[in-house]
Amino acid sequence: MAMKDKTIDAAPVVQTAGMPRLHKIIFSLLLAGLIVLPFFVYPVFAMKVMCFALFAAAFNLLLGFGGLLSFGHAAYFGGASYVAAHAAKVWGLTPELSVLCGAAAAGVLGLAIGSLAIRRQGIYFAMVTLAFAQMVYFVALQAEFTGGEDGIQSVPRGDLFGLISLADNIALYFFVLVVTFGGILLLYRIVHSPFGQVLKAIRENEPRAISLGYDVNRYKLIVFTLSATMAGLAGATKSQVFQLSSLTDVHWSMSGEVVLMTLLGGMGTIFGPLVGAAMIVTMQNYLATFGAWVTVIQGVIFVIGVLVFREGIVGVLSRWLKKPL
Amino acid sequence: MFELLGVPPQVLLGQLLLGLINGSFYAVLSLGLAVIFGLLNIINFAHGALYMAGAFAAWMLLHYLGIGYWPALILAPLIVGAFGIVLERTMLSRLYHLDHLYGLLLTFGLALIIQGLFRNYYGISGLPYQIPDLLSGGHNLGFMFLPNYRAWVVAASVLVCFGTWFMIEKTRLGAYLRAATENPILVGAFGVNVPLMIMLTYGFGVALAGFAGVLAAPIYSVNPTMGEQLIIVVFAVVVIGGMGSIMGAIVTGYMLGLIEGLTRVFYPEGSAVVIFVIMAIVLMIKPEGLFGRPA
Repeated sequence: MAMKDKTIDAAPVVQTAGMPRLHKIIFSLLLAGLIVLPFFVYPVFAMKVMCFALFAAAFNLLLGFGGLLSFGHAAYFGGASYVAAHAAKVWGLTPELSVLCGAAAAGVLGLAIGSLAIRRQGIYFAMVTLAFAQMVYFVALQAEFTGGEDGIQSVPRGDLFGLISLADNIALYFFVLVVTFGGILLLYRIVHSPFGQVLKAIRENEPRAISLGYDVNRYKLIVFTLSATMAGLAGATKSQVFQLSSLTDVHWSMSGEVVLMTLLGGMGTIFGPLVGAAMIVTMQNYLATFGAWVTVIQGVIFVIGVLVFREGIVGVLSRWLKKPL
Repeated sequence: MFELLGVPPQVLLGQLLLGLINGSFYAVLSLGLAVIFGLLNIINFAHGALYMAGAFAAWMLLHYLGIGYWPALILAPLIVGAFGIVLERTMLSRLYHLDHLYGLLLTFGLALIIQGLFRNYYGISGLPYQIPDLLSGGHNLGFMFLPNYRAWVVAASVLVCFGTWFMIEKTRLGAYLRAATENPILVGAFGVNVPLMIMLTYGFGVALAGFAGVLAAPIYSVNPTMGEQLIIVVFAVVVIGGMGSIMGAIVTGYMLGLIEGLTRVFYPEGSAVVIFVIMAIVLMIKPEGLFGRPA
């Protein structure tokens, strides 16, 4: 009996011993780059990229490592954005507490929707999550506190811990940097924990994971809730950056965008979602004047990505370097 | 004047009719999804976009070629079906050996492209499409006013649904189709051209969407966004019904349309979400769907 336990537990422990050197170097370079970035790039744009990078990384936890395609992640992103905006504007909470409120609300919503959605698999799972996200959209459209078509506007940026004013873009930038970078490191830790190893086992072969004694549904629900919470953290932070939370954040096209970012960057990779998010946000920024062409281009990237480029950018790089990225 | 729970019968029946109309579209669209899913094992996310394309095809036939409603009712589904066949041959057929989720992602991308293109050329304000002369006006039934065109929509959708059900469940061709759904390799070994069947099935499924689009054109204005909200509701309908049975998809479609209509009478604020709430309840009680087979 003791022998059996050992063999089951041994594998994850070996793989989780510390961060590979390559990953340490990449994270350090990334952090160094992000620290100097606001002095070269418009900080609000950089903050938007970081929020979406966290959103895509949270989504990737579910799809890339859990093997669950949620087509309704806008519900948690946008739902948290509304709650955080409401907390900051109406309750007058400080930014860090507002963001936490938003993330917590997204977590509760994820737990509720996730507990229903995990009753179905595969494409049904995708349809169920999409349908519930649409329900959240209708609630946001009709509820009092969300402001309907107007959304919640001119959300105050407030003082961090009640002390440091975030009205200045650079100050806010470093707050967003800490939140999103911390969130991404946390996701990295989850993926490389024993819990993350079990997730991969479930993704690869669910019946086998069940036969090994894992309560698969509990793992799925936990990863769904974690992913929703982190997506909420991203959405809540975004509402502080733009001082706005609107129907765009809960719309189904937002759910599609995060799928696209992850697909383009490479699902199941660590850095793929970050690359994908940066590329899509940059593209939207430059093509904003072309209106619906942005939608068409995103559709084309989707089609090409699915047909010939399923590994994504970082996936291909990782194969060339023969190292997981 | 009798009243039911404080609601005048005209209002109640009017909303029920509206519900039945919506239910007609749910039924035809979820039927198409079920037919495609049965054989291809993919969920066609582009279904809403192709429904919209059907409405636009009817509008274009009228405005550029002067072809009216009745020929369009045949031609537009054929155009949409042919377009679907091209999509199946050039793209979808490359994904059959992969996880079914890729089919969903591909068709989602296609939906974005189709909707984006129509939005670029026609804007989002919507284009009017006249009710055909034969069906304009309506009848006073004494207890309510029944517009002819709406009665026709319900009748036409029932007819198409029944025809599809009959073809799949009662004919020799349908028997091949059901056999290929169960085991495509074995059916292929018996000498049936399965890839051809898959191609035609996809074409037929999206032609149903195109047909629904033509039916919808005179009721709702022809608009590039008309399919995107609808398809998500239809997904919920499909989850509620389960895609195991053709009849299940049809019955669930009409039933949910009626329930939505009733909700609009008694609790208007809930009408947009009632179908999603029913989906949640069904997932709790019978996760495989009302007509679905346990996985």
